[in-house]
Amino acid sequence: MSDIPAPAPTRVAFPPNWPMRIGFAVLALYIVYASTILDITWTRFIAGFGHAERFLSRMFPPDFAPDKLALLQSGMIESLQIAVLATIFGVALSLPLGLAAARNLCPAPLAWTSRTLIALFRTFHPVIVAILFVKAVGFGALAGVLALIIASMGFLSKLIGEAVEEMSMKQMEAVRATGAPFLSVVVMGVMPQVLPRFIGFSAYQLDSNLRNSALVGLVGGGGIGATLFTAFQRFDYDFVLTIVLTIIAIVMVGEILSGWVRRLFQ
Amino acid sequence: MSPETAALREWDRFTLRERIGRSAFYILAAIALIWSLRTIEIIPEFLYDAPKQTADLFVRMWPIDWSWYPKVVHEALIETLHTATLGTILAVLLAGLTALLAARNITRSVTLNLIGRFILVATRSVHAMVWALFFVAVFGPGALAGTLAIAVHSIGFTGKLLSEAIEEARPGPIEALTAAGASPLAILLKGYWPQVKPAFLGIAVFRWDINVRESAVLGLVGGGGLGMALDTALSNLYWDQAGLVLYVIFVVVIATEIGVSWLRGKII
Repeated sequence: MSDIPAPAPTRVAFPPNWPMRIGFAVLALYIVYASTILDITWTRFIAGFGHAERFLSRMFPPDFAPDKLALLQSGMIESLQIAVLATIFGVALSLPLGLAAARNLCPAPLAWTSRTLIALFRTFHPVIVAILFVKAVGFGALAGVLALIIASMGFLSKLIGEAVEEMSMKQMEAVRATGAPFLSVVVMGVMPQVLPRFIGFSAYQLDSNLRNSALVGLVGGGGIGATLFTAFQRFDYDFVLTIVLTIIAIVMVGEILSGWVRRLFQ
Repeated sequence: MSPETAALREWDRFTLRERIGRSAFYILAAIALIWSLRTIEIIPEFLYDAPKQTADLFVRMWPIDWSWYPKVVHEALIETLHTATLGTILAVLLAGLTALLAARNITRSVTLNLIGRFILVATRSVHAMVWALFFVAVFGPGALAGTLAIAVHSIGFTGKLLSEAIEEARPGPIEALTAAGASPLAILLKGYWPQVKPAFLGIAVFRWDINVRESAVLGLVGGGGLGMALDTALSNLYWDQAGLVLYVIFVVVIATEIGVSWLRGKII
């Protein structure tokens, strides 16, 4: 700037955003720091790519031998059964638990007990719950079913409780004003308001259980997960690919199916 | 319509189509239930001693072996938290690129949109633990495999929400920048980024919460962290140590959930 008086302070269209820049610098530093903690190095990464090449070449083409297909079929059917049972029982059990957790419907002590129970169910990953059930009821499908029932209850009860707390109290009061007992209030005043959302969540839970039923087998909960884990341990990578592709296909069919159920009840 | 016919008109809650559809659904559900119940394999001998085994489980877990915490579990906990965080950062970067590819208002090519969408669906359908099995086979057991599994599995979820946020961006600022002759990068940084930033941060934090839970179990298949400690305890049948790991997971998950809801309140 020389002797000419500045006309007006020039407006910078996009002034430098220092907090943002510092934020990104901190993030970059964290990435470097965390990588050293986790022993993630470039050489390991590059070495891995050599393995990846061999690994992928052993995966293709997927293995469709008849004996493998029989294994796949029995595992997949068991997984489907686990998902179906866990969804149906999970839905049936989460309805009362979710209603009990709604603070506008139930007395505070009951609501808080239910909420604590739901929080406990939600905290543990289905795989961890499955480990505990494998110890309790032994290896097999039952442990998987029980683990996924717990997972479904954690998810569905929380959402149903929230849906009931958000609903309009007027309908409930109208039913109550006629002198209806508690059960009738729930059936006539509460359920019609939350049922469409509940069905929507349940349909989503069917998807989720289908996905997770492939997991519980990894720890002894039955289903396709056990077959998958064994295939990995035997380096049967071409069979692994077959299993994974089947899982993806089933999950996608499940998504279409649950979309259909949701539309049916909306 | 005369009043008489109006009074005689029958009102139905559902149309015939809805009735048929719903009945079909109930029948199918009943068939699925009966089929599953009848054919699922349950070994009765295991069931008889289930109460005993359950009691045994809790007796063995108590008292919790606290002395194991400084030896193994603390390090595993730090590893799990870093795995979740680093995995989320990597996932957000990859998901950002995929979301740009999948967003119809950014990439004006249906083929590229479909490729983007396919990546989002495929990464989401395969569970993080299955991805971990893959990456353990490729990179060997350890946190590297766990981090990559978390990152790749999260692409689908994060990318889907991100691409939706990008597609919902208002076109006004974008048109203004285009009219001023801004470069594509400038449009992206100054037109889209300010609009999607809140959604972006919210999604990232939400996914981090999920990833803390996920990364706690990846060790069971060799992905490092708390799962590895749990696996060691379980294969040695040290249930008091397993109880400690479960307790630590419980505390960490509750703490992250509280922290995340506080953080989301501040961002949004």
